[in-house]
Amino acid sequence: MLVAVLLPFIIAIFIPFLSKWKEKIHTGFFVTIVPVLIFIYFARFLGAGFEPVVHEYSWIPSLDMNMVFHLDGLSLLFVLLISGIGALVAFYSVFYLHKSEQLGHFYVYFLIFMGSMLGVVLSDNVFALYSFWEFTSLSSFLLIGFWNYKKESRYGALKSMLITVFGGLSLLGALIFMSVLTNTSSIRGMIDQQQLILNSEFFPLILVLLLLGAFTKSAQFPFHIWLPDAMEAPTPVSAYLHSATMVKAGIYLVARYSPMLSANEWFFIIVSMAGIITLCWGSYMAVRQTDLKGILAFSTISQLGMIMAMLGFGTKAAIFGAVFHILNHATFKGSLFMVAGIVDHEAGTRDIRKLGGLMTFMPMTATLALFGSFSMAGVPLPFLNGFYSKEMFFESSLHLEAASTGIAGILQTSVPYLAVFGSIFTFVYSMYFFFGTFRGQSHLNELPKKPHEAPIGMLISPIVLVAGVVIIGLFPSVINEPFIAHAAEAVKGAALEEKHIYFWHGFIPPFIMSLTVLVFGSILALSRKVWAPVYNVVPGVLSMNKVYDGTVDRVERYSTTITKGYMNGSLGRYVRLILAAIIVISFAFMAITGGFTLDTSNVAEITAPEILVAVTMVIAAIGTALTNNRIAAILILGVVGYGLSMLFVLYRAPDLALTQLIVETVTVALFLLVFYHLPKLRKKEEPVSTKALNLVISVGFGALMTMVAISSHSSKFFESISDYFTKNSYKLGGGDNIVNVILVDFRGLDTLFEIVVLGIAAMAIYGLIRFRKNKEEE
Amino acid sequence: MEIIMAVLAGILFTMGVYNLLQKQLLRIIIGTGLISHGAHLFILTMGELKTGAPPVLTEGVENYTDPLPQALILTSIVISFGVTSLLLVLAYRAAKINGTDNMEQLRGNDYE
Repeated sequence: MLVAVLLPFIIAIFIPFLSKWKEKIHTGFFVTIVPVLIFIYFARFLGAGFEPVVHEYSWIPSLDMNMVFHLDGLSLLFVLLISGIGALVAFYSVFYLHKSEQLGHFYVYFLIFMGSMLGVVLSDNVFALYSFWEFTSLSSFLLIGFWNYKKESRYGALKSMLITVFGGLSLLGALIFMSVLTNTSSIRGMIDQQQLILNSEFFPLILVLLLLGAFTKSAQFPFHIWLPDAMEAPTPVSAYLHSATMVKAGIYLVARYSPMLSANEWFFIIVSMAGIITLCWGSYMAVRQTDLKGILAFSTISQLGMIMAMLGFGTKAAIFGAVFHILNHATFKGSLFMVAGIVDHEAGTRDIRKLGGLMTFMPMTATLALFGSFSMAGVPLPFLNGFYSKEMFFESSLHLEAASTGIAGILQTSVPYLAVFGSIFTFVYSMYFFFGTFRGQSHLNELPKKPHEAPIGMLISPIVLVAGVVIIGLFPSVINEPFIAHAAEAVKGAALEEKHIYFWHGFIPPFIMSLTVLVFGSILALSRKVWAPVYNVVPGVLSMNKVYDGTVDRVERYSTTITKGYMNGSLGRYVRLILAAIIVISFAFMAITGGFTLDTSNVAEITAPEILVAVTMVIAAIGTALTNNRIAAILILGVVGYGLSMLFVLYRAPDLALTQLIVETVTVALFLLVFYHLPKLRKKEEPVSTKALNLVISVGFGALMTMVAISSHSSKFFESISDYFTKNSYKLGGGDNIVNVILVDFRGLDTLFEIVVLGIAAMAIYGLIRFRKNKEEE
Repeated sequence: MEIIMAVLAGILFTMGVYNLLQKQLLRIIIGTGLISHGAHLFILTMGELKTGAPPVLTEGVENYTDPLPQALILTSIVISFGVTSLLLVLAYRAAKINGTDNMEQLRGNDYE
């Protein structure tokens, strides 16, 4: 299973090489093979007797981070969707993307996405899940911005990135909370110990953070605004990421945790409410769009809302419907996106106002769109799968198990009406999509290209998906037992009683709801132009986009102002700021924790020679700042250095004293070599305030270091490790001089790196001097 | 004595930082030199001063001064020598090319 997840990543490495031959063979053909292999691998698990599989690989065992892949019914559904749709989309993209595009880039992003999406749905470890989750956001960002010369693409990419990564971070928060509470990083482990989480005082926070992650990813209201802008991506990407897979990651997450979270009433309230509002708002807004992909984007939002609502309901029927609809939505929406791509490709525009009457030119495409859009609308015909899940949605909305009081009660009574309302508009936009594009008057002179039927290769993928729509519609039980039932079981966390999918239930309430949708939907669809002005009132000029744009704009402006305020290019100022921050934070910390200790019991006695040396050094140090003579400054610095080596002698450090003496001599010589070329020291002409500030900062820093030195001498928290070196110097290192043995033996690697540093410095110096010589020769 | 040495290290730091905050390159280099002297003294003070013989194993001597700070300082001395020499050459080049050693004039371009 590890191979299956890593395969896309591994192949992604080779894509740049493969894309070199893109003139001969379109890179997409190679890429198509990958999801096909993965699909075949996982398809073996299908069957009525499916049992969850766990594969474990260690990754960072010391941090309890292991790659644990857990394949249960829900993961299997997603894995097959990711690889199945992935294969179709990759194949479709071969005909959609011209060879002159940056195919290498495209397919690398595409494969990274595929691999990380597989990782998301298979990981049992929450941190692995989170990493893969962010990888999907990242690859989505790159794919939306694929045509990065377009301003809209860049805008859409940034927007999706900001919103989904914001959600990703809150998800991380929730995951950390849960893993700390349960002391495990396994999802199964958390669900097993759900009482710890449910009864924790942090539970409301966990719920909100987790759902924020899920809602931003799955474009739930009010975070849906990134999805329409994400339509700037090439159509295969929209079909794959932004309708079939990535946007369902949020759904997956909610489904994965619903065995635990659904025990709390607020889960029902928040998730159902968000879902149902998204359903209504998405379908209502879809009718307003003029871009084919815009319609599909809002349609995706509303369908995701519907699935989310069903997960929120939490009843067995609802979860079954949700899982079933995940599959159905992928089939019909995938095919519709591909149809939109074909129309764009062959007619040159996606503006529905310019399109119309394309049926005569593209009969095949029109037929595919017919099936797709009617299935999406939930038209009660026995060969359209959309109807079945829509019916389940209605049925479950009528049978909620929640309390009948409070917010939950109000929600319970209003849900069926809202469901019908949302579905009416779903019907309207489906009809609008199909009839607006393929029927009615054609305006050929307004189209940039003369429309004609797409090449057969481009049609294969949507044909396969539409075949899926029809087959699931005709024989729903084919996929029921071996597939959907297992997924629903995994979500519910318990075995479901036998659930059969029938087309005809009799004249029961859900069917009547469907008929209502059909009748009202038809009326509204026919009279669309009449009531369209209602959009000027709701939403009118209000929009979440304004909130987003305003926030981003303001953050950018403020941070520019602040950054310009302190980053003025003066290095001295940066050093001052850094030092001031160190001083303030350290002193504050010392004061709060009482870190300063003074212990004079264990100090050496004060002797005259040391005092003499110390006083000399102090005078010399102060002298460096006062003198304006270059040679004097250098020599005084030398005095400090020689003083230090005197101190080393006094403190029984012969090696140090020798080294210091040599180094100091060489340094002074070096200074004297260079100083001649440097401008003379000037009198400091700066204002008094700067001088005072410098003085305060330097005295503050000196005082800080003194206090740290005294404290560290006065307090010993644990035994010094020096004894070890004293004892083992001869035994292990074979030398009498302990300092030398430490340097060349015990800490030999340090010394090696020290030599490396010196080597680098030497090379840099050599380079600087060589550079000068070349320059002078010119 | 440790207290006095800590104060001395502090004064070296103070003067080092003060020189570092000046505008002229030579002063800045002198500042870094002083800071590294201060740091060496600082490390030495952290151990115990003068509690035994020099850390060279000798027959019959039981008590040695702490060898570990000395090893650290020895490494540090050599490194700071490297840093100082690099800085010097760098300052020399910078002053030569730009015609000034005033840091306030050696700013990067704003928002290239």
